[in-house]
Amino acid sequence: MDILYSIFVDPFMQMGSAPDLLVQTLWEGFVGGILYALIALGFVLIFKASGVFNFAQGIMVVFAALTLVGLYEKGVPAFLALAITIGVMFVLAYAIERVVLRPLVNQPDIILFMATFGLTYLLIGLGEAIFGGNPKVMIAEQLYLPKGAIDLKILGGVVTLQKIDIAAAIIALVMIGALSLFFQYTRIGRALRAVADSHKAALSVGISLNQIWVIVWFIAGVVALITGIMWGARSDVSFALQVVALKALPVLILGGFTSVPGAIVGGLIIGIGEKIGEFYWGPLVGGATESWLAYCIALVFLMFRPQGLFGERIIERI
Amino acid sequence: MFYREAGQFKTSYAADMAIFPILQDRIGLAVILAIAFIAIPLFGSNFLIQTVMIPFLVFALAAIGLNILTGYTGLISLGSGAFMGVGAYACYKLTTIFPGVNIIVWILASGFFAAAIGVVFGLPSLRIKGFYLTVATLAAQFFLQWSFVRIPWLYNYNASGAIEVPQRLLAGIPVTGANATPVTRYLVLLSIVILLTWIASNLVHGRIGRSWMAVRDMDIAAELMGIRLLPAKLLSFAVSSFYCGVAGACMMFLWYGGGEANDAFNINQSFTILFMVIIGGLGSIIGSYFGAAFISILPTALKFGLPAMGIALSGPVAEHLNYIILGVLILFFLIVEPHGLARLWQVGKQKLRVWPFPY
Repeated sequence: MDILYSIFVDPFMQMGSAPDLLVQTLWEGFVGGILYALIALGFVLIFKASGVFNFAQGIMVVFAALTLVGLYEKGVPAFLALAITIGVMFVLAYAIERVVLRPLVNQPDIILFMATFGLTYLLIGLGEAIFGGNPKVMIAEQLYLPKGAIDLKILGGVVTLQKIDIAAAIIALVMIGALSLFFQYTRIGRALRAVADSHKAALSVGISLNQIWVIVWFIAGVVALITGIMWGARSDVSFALQVVALKALPVLILGGFTSVPGAIVGGLIIGIGEKIGEFYWGPLVGGATESWLAYCIALVFLMFRPQGLFGERIIERI
Repeated sequence: MFYREAGQFKTSYAADMAIFPILQDRIGLAVILAIAFIAIPLFGSNFLIQTVMIPFLVFALAAIGLNILTGYTGLISLGSGAFMGVGAYACYKLTTIFPGVNIIVWILASGFFAAAIGVVFGLPSLRIKGFYLTVATLAAQFFLQWSFVRIPWLYNYNASGAIEVPQRLLAGIPVTGANATPVTRYLVLLSIVILLTWIASNLVHGRIGRSWMAVRDMDIAAELMGIRLLPAKLLSFAVSSFYCGVAGACMMFLWYGGGEANDAFNINQSFTILFMVIIGGLGSIIGSYFGAAFISILPTALKFGLPAMGIALSGPVAEHLNYIILGVLILFFLIVEPHGLARLWQVGKQKLRVWPFPY
C-alpha cells in the first residue's frame, strides 16, 4: 500500500501543495523539449528529403558550435564568424552529398545509416583535432543574446526564467515558422516536398536530386548551428552534447520520422515528461532516470502507434 | 591455380550442401585452427595475445550475436553493449554465489540470463519495425546501464562499484583472476568462441536460420508462409543476447579481469559492435570475424604501428587521427563494397577460382 501511495498519490500532493515548483519544472521541461525538438528537426528535414537517417546530426550541432567559437577565439569578429560558420556548413553539405550520398544512392537504409556513423567519427576527429577537446564557452554576449534571469512571482512562489531560455524558445518558434513558410511558398521548398514524396516522380519532372540534397543538408546544418548556439549558451560547447543529441531519437520516433510538427510536439512531450518524471517519481527509484526515461516514454507511445504520433501510416504490401 | 574444384566430385546431397564444399577451403580452415590453437600460444608474445587476439575473439563473439539479430533477422539493435553487461554481471553473481562450480559453466550459463533479458526487450519487435525498433533497444541500453549502477546487489555492494574477478581454477590452472596467464585465458576463450561459432553456423544454415532470413526479407510474406513471427523474432533476440552475454562475461573475466562495468558496456560499445557487423557483412558469420578484426585491431595497429613506422604522435593527436581514419575507412568501405568485407572475400575467392580468366 505504501508503495502505491508513493507512486499514485504523493507526487500529485506535491504538485498541488507547491504549484510554483510544478510550473518551474514544466518550464524547464519545455525549454529542454524545444532544444530536443531543434535537433530532431534537423533529422526530419534530411530524412524527408533523402530518406537518410542522419545519425551525424548530433555531431553537426557540436561541430557548428565549435567552429563558431573556435573562429571567434582566433580573433574573428562574432558576426563574421557566424557567416563563415554558415559557409563551412554549406561546404560540409556539398562534400557530404558529393562524396558520401552520391555513390550510395539506392543502397539499403541501414547502409546509409552506417555511412552517417562514419561521418560522425570523422567529424569528431576533425573537430577535436582542429579545435581541441576542451569544453568552450559559447559567445552568447557577442551575439547579443540576453543574459540573466527573470523572477516571476506567481502562485505564491517564485518561478525563475532564464532569459536565454526565453530567447531560445522564441528563436525556435520563429525558425519553425520560417521553415514551414519556406516549404510552403518557395520554389525550392516545393521541390523539397516533391522529393520527400517520391524520388522518382520528382526526378521525372526535372528536379535535380543532387541539388536538393545539398540544400537540405545545408538547411539541416544551419538548424544545427542555431541549436548549437542555443545549447552552448545554456551549458558549455563540448562533445558531451553529442550524447544529449541521442535524445533526439525518441523525440523523432514519438513524432514520426517525416513530420516537422511531430518533431516539435515530440520534443515537448519528451522534454516535459522526463523532467516531471525525474522530479516527482525519480527519487522512488534512486534518481538519474533522465538517462532512460525518454526512451521508455517513446516506447510506450510506440506500442499504440507504431508509426509515431504524426507519422505517415505504414502500409505494407507483398 | 591451386584453388580449383576440378576433380572434386560430390556423390551425395550432403556433400553438395556442405558449408565448405571445396577441399582447399577445408584445408585452409584446418590451417587457421592449427595456427590459432598451436602456433599463437607457442610463439605469440603476451602482447599479441592480450592486446590483439583476446579482444578480437571477444568482439567476434559479440558480432556473431548481433549479426544473428541484425544480419539474419533484420532487426537493428543498439542494445548489444547492455546485453554484454547482463552476461558479465550474471557471471559475476553466479560465481560468487556458487564458487565451487567451474567458471566455464558459469560463463556459458550467464548467456541464458542475457537471453531472458533480451527476450523481454525484444517483445515490442512484433509491432515496431526498422529504425523505430532501435529506440526500443536504446531503452534497453540506457535502462540496463542505469541498473548496473543503481542496483548494488549486482556488484555485491563493493565500495568501488566494479566487478572484481575472483581467481577460479580449471584442472588446477588459474583461468581467471590476477594469476591467470594470457595464454590460458586465450585458449579458454578460443575454445568457447569456436564452439559457439559452430553452433551459430548450424543454426543459421538450418530451419531456424531460414525462418529468420524469411522474416528479414519480408515479415508479412514470412507470416503468410507459415512462420510464426513472434517465436521467430523472440528466438532471434534470445540467441543474439545469449551470444552477447557470453561475450560480455568473457570480456570481463578473460580479458579485462574486472573493472568499472558502466564504462565497458556503454552505448559506444553497442555502436562498435554494430559497426563490426556492418563493415564485416550483414548476414555472414565469417563477416563477423572480419568486422571484429578490422574494428578491434585497427586502433591498436594505429597506436603501435604508426610510431613503429617512424611517425611519432603524441597521445591526443593519435586519438583524433584514430577517429578520422576510422571514419574515413568506414565511409570508404561502405562506398566501395556496401555489402561488407565478407562480400569482398567472396569476390576474391571467385576470382581465384577462375583465374587467369575474368569469368
